[in-house]
Amino acid sequence: MEPAAEGGRQGRRAPGKLEGEVLAALWAAGEPLGAGAVRDQLAGDPAYTTVLTILTRLHDKGLVTRQRSGRAHLYAPVRDAAGYAAAGMHDLLAQGGDRAAVLARFVSELSEEDERVLERLLRGSAAD
Amino acid sequence: MGISFYLPLAASVLLAVLAPPAGRRLPPRTAAWTLLTAAVVAAGAWATVLGMLGFTLVAQIPQVAAEGRWSPHLLAADTPVERPVAAACVLAVVVCTGALLLALWRGMRELAAAWRECRGLPDAGGLTVLDDPVPAAFALPGSPGRIVVSSGMLRVLPAGERHALLAHERAHLAHRHHVFLLVFRLSAALHPLLRPLMRSGGFALERWADEDAVAAVRDRATVARAIARAALASREARTRGLAATNGPVPERVTALLRPPARRRRDLVAVIACLAVVCCASLGQAADSLDRVFDSAAATAAPAPRLAVHKALPEEFHGAVHVERGSR
Repeated sequence: MEPAAEGGRQGRRAPGKLEGEVLAALWAAGEPLGAGAVRDQLAGDPAYTTVLTILTRLHDKGLVTRQRSGRAHLYAPVRDAAGYAAAGMHDLLAQGGDRAAVLARFVSELSEEDERVLERLLRGSAAD
Repeated sequence: MGISFYLPLAASVLLAVLAPPAGRRLPPRTAAWTLLTAAVVAAGAWATVLGMLGFTLVAQIPQVAAEGRWSPHLLAADTPVERPVAAACVLAVVVCTGALLLALWRGMRELAAAWRECRGLPDAGGLTVLDDPVPAAFALPGSPGRIVVSSGMLRVLPAGERHALLAHERAHLAHRHHVFLLVFRLSAALHPLLRPLMRSGGFALERWADEDAVAAVRDRATVARAIARAALASREARTRGLAATNGPVPERVTALLRPPARRRRDLVAVIACLAVVCCASLGQAADSLDRVFDSAAATAAPAPRLAVHKALPEEFHGAVHVERGSR
């Protein structure tokens, strides 16, 4: 369970926020997942039924496909739900973060020196 | 007389120079607000002083003087600002205002484009995933704003780091960082010395979002790894463009691997004091300019006094005060 302070603040937003997390988890997996497997990917330990509700909602929105597998369903993201190829979204992705009024990309470009520093960091943390 | 004009200019320049190093030593949220305040005060004072200095020359144009009911000749004789200086200020005001309007136009156009794009994107709790192998992620301001992430980015990050990435972008939208960025940009357009401050401001906003992500995933190292991994993945996948610039990514990662910055009230106090000095001296400058125009206006009508002032130009101000007292 989340501590009360944060739970209180996030309480109202939680369903929408979780919806994004579920979709992100499905995309990250790269293969169809059941509701239980999706739940394992989420932070904050949400209820199984909550995850199922969200998956159904994503399915209704046409963002997720559903296929029967035994007694449960497997879910996968709909590729190109954004109409990516048709709508010139390439430009959005290519320059989205470069436009100053739009927020900067999550990460900016790196120099070679930067690259070495970061690689050392990731190797170091993997060894922990 | 001169000093009252140059004090706000000096304070404005000091703010522009001192705010970025102060910002680096503050917690990111405080840093962003401090830098924003410094930028607005410095740019505002800069533009106002240049405008006031320039106006002493513009006001000598007969039509302008007629409108304001002061004597252009008296003003010309008594102006505390050298003609070339005033002319340079007029030029600077024109150039800076042009730059400001251009930046405003561009900024608003980009924001409008982002808003339109937000409306067209499929929405899953504020997230849109674009099916593209190139790792990319950004926040698109709108009503409501969207987090746009490529599927390539989601695939390189483990669950915890994915959570950190989404929390980071959500923080940008929740705190309206695009408004901060626009204000930084506009102030830098108006006051070129504020350009380093604009960059510091952008960095403070990224750090702010990083610290929000830490609050969400409750682990500084996870956020640091997410940034590092995302940066490396973007680098490997990007085929075009030269990545020669020293990005702020290592600094962000380093900051996350250290304990959070302590509150530094003293630094905030220094910047706040400078901002107050800047505003107060600006008021004084406006006051002294007002007196120059008052004297030019008061003595414009009665002819005899005009002669007195012409005879005693260096004691002009003393004369004005005497005359005011006698009225």
